[in-house]
Amino acid sequence: MLFHDLTRPGNDEIKVSDDSLLEIEHVTMRFGGLVAIDDLSFTARKKEITALIGPNGAGKTTVFNCITGFYKPTVGRVMLTHPRKGRYYLERMEGFKIAQQADVARTFQNIRLFPRMSVLENLIVAQHNALMKASAFSLAGLLFMNRYAKAEKEAVERAKYWLNKVGLYDRADWDAGNLPYGDQRRLEICRAMCIQPAVLCLDEPAAGLNPRESLELNELLLGIRDQEGVGILLIEHDMSVVMQISDHIVVLDHGRKISDGTPEFVRNDPTVIKAYLGESDDEDLPQTVKNDLARNAGKDV
Amino acid sequence: MADMKNAVAAPGQGGFDVGAALKESGKAAFVAGLLGLPLLALKADNFGSKLGLVYRWDALFIAIAAVFVGRFLMILLSGRQKKSEGGVFAAFGKGIHNNMALIGLAGLAIGVLLPVVYPDRYVIYIATTFMIYVMLGWGLNIVVGLAGLLDLGYVAFYAVGAYSYAMIATQFGWSFWVVLPLAGVFAAFFGVILGFPVLRLRGDYLAIVTLGFGEIIRVILINWTDFTGGPNGISGIPPITFFGLPFKNGDHGTFASFFGIDHSPVQRIIFLYFVILVLATLTNLFTQRMRKLPVGRAWEALREDEIACRSLGINPTNIKLSAFALGAMFGGFAGSFFSVRAGFVSPESFTFIESAVILAIVVLGGMGSQLGVVIAAFFVVILPEVFREFEEYRMLLFGLAMMVIMVWRPNGLLSFREPTIRLHPKKESA
Repeated sequence: MLFHDLTRPGNDEIKVSDDSLLEIEHVTMRFGGLVAIDDLSFTARKKEITALIGPNGAGKTTVFNCITGFYKPTVGRVMLTHPRKGRYYLERMEGFKIAQQADVARTFQNIRLFPRMSVLENLIVAQHNALMKASAFSLAGLLFMNRYAKAEKEAVERAKYWLNKVGLYDRADWDAGNLPYGDQRRLEICRAMCIQPAVLCLDEPAAGLNPRESLELNELLLGIRDQEGVGILLIEHDMSVVMQISDHIVVLDHGRKISDGTPEFVRNDPTVIKAYLGESDDEDLPQTVKNDLARNAGKDV
Repeated sequence: MADMKNAVAAPGQGGFDVGAALKESGKAAFVAGLLGLPLLALKADNFGSKLGLVYRWDALFIAIAAVFVGRFLMILLSGRQKKSEGGVFAAFGKGIHNNMALIGLAGLAIGVLLPVVYPDRYVIYIATTFMIYVMLGWGLNIVVGLAGLLDLGYVAFYAVGAYSYAMIATQFGWSFWVVLPLAGVFAAFFGVILGFPVLRLRGDYLAIVTLGFGEIIRVILINWTDFTGGPNGISGIPPITFFGLPFKNGDHGTFASFFGIDHSPVQRIIFLYFVILVLATLTNLFTQRMRKLPVGRAWEALREDEIACRSLGINPTNIKLSAFALGAMFGGFAGSFFSVRAGFVSPESFTFIESAVILAIVVLGGMGSQLGVVIAAFFVVILPEVFREFEEYRMLLFGLAMMVIMVWRPNGLLSFREPTIRLHPKKESA
């Protein structure tokens, strides 16, 4: 090959285990003097749900933005091993191409649907690239050729499949913006699934959901993992979701990874507890404060 | 503001707060008085050789009274309307919405029959102007209504189309039918040129750059005298032919002799009218079809949320450029029609006010609504003609009508959007 595609490493170049899906290697993201992510490495595996947790401002969404091309990491490599297409270096790819070619789908913390388009249209826009190809950049459609009609029918079938899955079939013709909040969250996940992703990145999918809706979400995500075989990377604050469905949890604090392992491991990791709840005892208090506390305690007794 | 809210809120609580409404009306009347004092009450006039002032207190008094009563009625009506969830107007809108195809066909039928019923020079002339604006509105609707890119320089593409035909026809003598597609291609090319620098811009910023682009084209037309004829424009542009047969008196090879009828100047005017009717209809059909295709859906998705589009792997650059190019193309078609009809083009026809009028048609009609454009074009083009007797008050009434529409329907006349694809059949009450 005359020109080597820099976004596509050859298979002999890197040794990775076969089940790795997304490898984040030494990723650092600086905004001026602020270090949002500091030398972060972790691996998300195929057909697993990997959760990214951490206190507010830990840099979780920044990690997502680095993976999905909204930011370019200052340092580091993000490598995707696509189950069907081979490997991609995501940090070298232009933003929209990460979704277009490497099939990385994402949702957003604050829902980003197309509010004045119908539910069905939202799911069909998600299949834009497949439909563009089928309609020869819309020309075939303009000439009322059969191939576009066929492709559109397939797109509608896929949309129907997902609408049935989340119980939105009856409201397919509603404006997406008129759906209740929980349904909008689910629709956004469906829309991401309609691009037939290799990996699905969900930014706080359970935010604002009631306990019953959270349970339904768990089922949906487990279904995506088990039935569709799509690996999920998840940012979540709701521990009932995280602990129940995750296969693997990565904990961030101040841009650094502080823990990485199974839910049981992370739950009992003292550094995690410290990050979430603050100090468990007064070990780190300055000596003068400790003395004061001791004196006061003595007086009261 | 507070008074107004009270006045509006009151009917819901049982009674209508007349006091608050009167107070609010009084305020409006006071402002009208302040404005009207220099505008209405004092008028400079000639007394022989000297200039003097004429006092018109009666006019001022009428204006103040009209504002007072008008404001009072507005508060009264807006209170009533709140109760019935949008009132009759919304129901009327829904009726239109549910019979869109029928209304479109009826409109087309009226368009086709008009020259048969009224083969009058003046009527056809106005109808042609109307159709030009409808076509421009539909073209701009692609950019503004569907793709959500606020374009204040649309007239530039109209100018490119007009000058394309004017220059090619006067220099090389090419027929209108050959130049028409070329003019569209040129305008689309300029659309892409405009599109590139503004890819990163949205909203107000985009509007300013497109405004600048429109002015650049006009200033080039004025100053590049050798090429464009400068402020004098280009005259003697060959008139339209019936696919090669000229509309003139003669026994040989003319439209009249070919069909064995007597020559009449109105034939050319009626033919021009049908040309623009066909062009505009094609614009409409094209846009309607595009909405159902991946590119058209991506335009609307881009209007709704560009970041979400990127996350779905849609290339925003291509989508924006295609909207600019296709919108510009129809501007170019309309432009070359303009120059073949007028026989003369000059930069004066392509000022900012033209862009503003076309944008006003799109916004008044309800962004993205094809029928809305037709209705708004009627308001903007036909009404000033109808009110020609009112002379200088014509523009005042026009401005007033625009304000009333925007206050009454802030989203434009027809702001309903029909999904491009449905799973379930349409329900009347949905």
